[in-house]
Amino acid sequence: MSYDGSAQNSAPHEDGPPESQEPHDQQQSQEAREAREAQEAHDQHDPHVQTMDYIAAQESEEFVALKRSHRSFVFPMAAFFIIWYAVYVLLGAYAHDFMAQPVFGSVNLGIVLGLGQFVTTFLITSIYVMYANRKLDPKAQALRTEFEAQEASS
Amino acid sequence: MSTALTTVPLLLAADSASTPENNPVLNISIFLAFVAVTLVIVFRASRNNKSAADYYAAGRSFTGSQNGFAISGDYLSAASFLGIVGAIAVTGYDGFLYSVGFLVAWLVALLLVAELMRNTAKFTMADVLAFRLKQRPVRMAAALTTLAVCFFYLLAQMAGAGGLVSLLLGVDSRVGQSLVIAVVGVIMIIYVLVGGMKGTTWVQIIKAFLLIGGVFIMTVWVLWLNDFNFSSLLDDAVANSISDPKGALLAPGLKYGALPIDFVSLALALVLGTAGLPHVLMRFYTVPTAKEARRSVVWAIWLIGVFYIFTLVLGFGAAAMVGPENIVNAPGGVNSAAPLLANALGGPVLLGIISAVAFATILAVVAGLTITAAASFAHDIYSNVIRKGKTDSQAEVKVARRTVLVIGAVSIIGGIGVQGQNIAFLVALAFAVAASANLPTILYSLYWSRFTTRGAVWSMYGGLISCILLIAFSPVVSGSEDAMLGANIDFAIFPLSNPGIVSIPLGFLLGWIGSLTDKGVESKKLAAEMEVRSLTGHGAEKEVEH
Repeated sequence: MSYDGSAQNSAPHEDGPPESQEPHDQQQSQEAREAREAQEAHDQHDPHVQTMDYIAAQESEEFVALKRSHRSFVFPMAAFFIIWYAVYVLLGAYAHDFMAQPVFGSVNLGIVLGLGQFVTTFLITSIYVMYANRKLDPKAQALRTEFEAQEASS
Repeated sequence: MSTALTTVPLLLAADSASTPENNPVLNISIFLAFVAVTLVIVFRASRNNKSAADYYAAGRSFTGSQNGFAISGDYLSAASFLGIVGAIAVTGYDGFLYSVGFLVAWLVALLLVAELMRNTAKFTMADVLAFRLKQRPVRMAAALTTLAVCFFYLLAQMAGAGGLVSLLLGVDSRVGQSLVIAVVGVIMIIYVLVGGMKGTTWVQIIKAFLLIGGVFIMTVWVLWLNDFNFSSLLDDAVANSISDPKGALLAPGLKYGALPIDFVSLALALVLGTAGLPHVLMRFYTVPTAKEARRSVVWAIWLIGVFYIFTLVLGFGAAAMVGPENIVNAPGGVNSAAPLLANALGGPVLLGIISAVAFATILAVVAGLTITAAASFAHDIYSNVIRKGKTDSQAEVKVARRTVLVIGAVSIIGGIGVQGQNIAFLVALAFAVAASANLPTILYSLYWSRFTTRGAVWSMYGGLISCILLIAFSPVVSGSEDAMLGANIDFAIFPLSNPGIVSIPLGFLLGWIGSLTDKGVESKKLAAEMEVRSLTGHGAEKEVEH
């Protein structure tokens, strides 16, 4: 292992699995590209050469926690926006007089609810990004690091 | 506010107030400038197109914000720009009601699809489905639904190009229109053939800048002329309305009031179809990581959302400042609302710019569709079904490039063939197929471990065939005044113009029943691998380094 400044040039993929090695050296790049393409062709033929125990990974506590964090957020959120959109569409399709009630000036309830759909879409987007950055990405990153270490040692 | 109008085409001499001061030379010059700039960029971008990952996925090297612009460029077609502004100007609230679904739909892509797809696949939608199911039947079905969606969407865009020509360039003859369709087709082929995904993406990005920028300027202009008072703009629009009573313009019902269930069916297809559109899905592979895929959808949501809010102002602005009567009577009908408004605001120069942007829009959208269809044919059908994976990426890209030529030729011939036919339903059909045949299998394969090959195949073919059959026997094809075949031929036994409300539940149901009745056992190992990789990003395709 290098311990001086020059390590920065070659370090990033040092511990990665062999098939994800990316060419860093200009001279090697053609050779590496050919090797990768051979790997690609091989992968297409038999796409799932498993180098690690995915069932164990799937059952691991950390992965179960990540899956729970993901699904417990996206499923209720998806249900919410689909129902809210369905209510809006049904009101627009069938409740014409209700939607025509003025709210301020000539702007009626229909326009307010329609713009409300835009507002909730922007809000859900922002909330999801915050949630993913805080709760999902660190867990996924930790697992990825662990898997790479596992593959390197096997 | 309204500029003096001088040149009046013979066709509409009686209706001079509505006729733009059309300057074809100016319009064509601005359009050619766009083509010249994009071609230079496409040729520069083509230098690094070597492997399949370069050609199909731009080396996965775009950033989230770039890809967000490109997604908007892919998604905001001429139909959504000209069509929605026109629909709001003439049918008021119902045009807006239609546009809401196009935005909300992106939440399906953001929350459920984009990141997991980026983590599990390489180039096409079929990659996701074939991850743990049987390669050949699933790839074949997914490639066919992809090609069907691309074909319907392409045909609609090319036919739209013909219509736009008569409106914007003053070319009314059939030969002239055919020539313009051929030119659009050839430029598109050059973009895709030379530039691959990288070139196509830059075309989308530039187009999105121009389109959203142009619409932004027009919106501020309209609001400025109305003292930034939206309510009084609505009053002016109502005063000009041709509806009875006039106030009905601001309430729902003018367009979809006669058969509300048909609109519900359309809304369902819009909201669920977007995340199943193959050319949209393919864009997620042009970024290096799932996190960038998330960022690109976030950018796309803001850009698309703001765009549709602008079209609300422009639609009512066109009603207030041009008038629905003038719009309906102009060449191009409702589609002429935005160009006429541009003319009323900034005269022939703004009209020329907006016209060129509308053309650029068609060009960019057809390019995106073509590369998606070519990738699906070469990667799924040729490489994996015909050659059973025994081929290299160079040969595959060669096949993809040939496919681009074929698709280009088909779309030119098809576009010329459908001229003058009312085929606006094809866009809705593309969304319906995406929602009924693509989305159910995508969601099942990402979230349901007991999903099987039979479920996938049943769902995809069932969704695709039911959509096409229901449309064939619907009032858009026969038995009504606006039907493709006219009112005299009548075999319309399905009452709705939009099949979604039947075909989408059917697609989901078939996927479920097919899986439950499937005796074959799918690999538990692969299911575990897919789930682990989809959520963690382990082993995901990496950016190509040059």
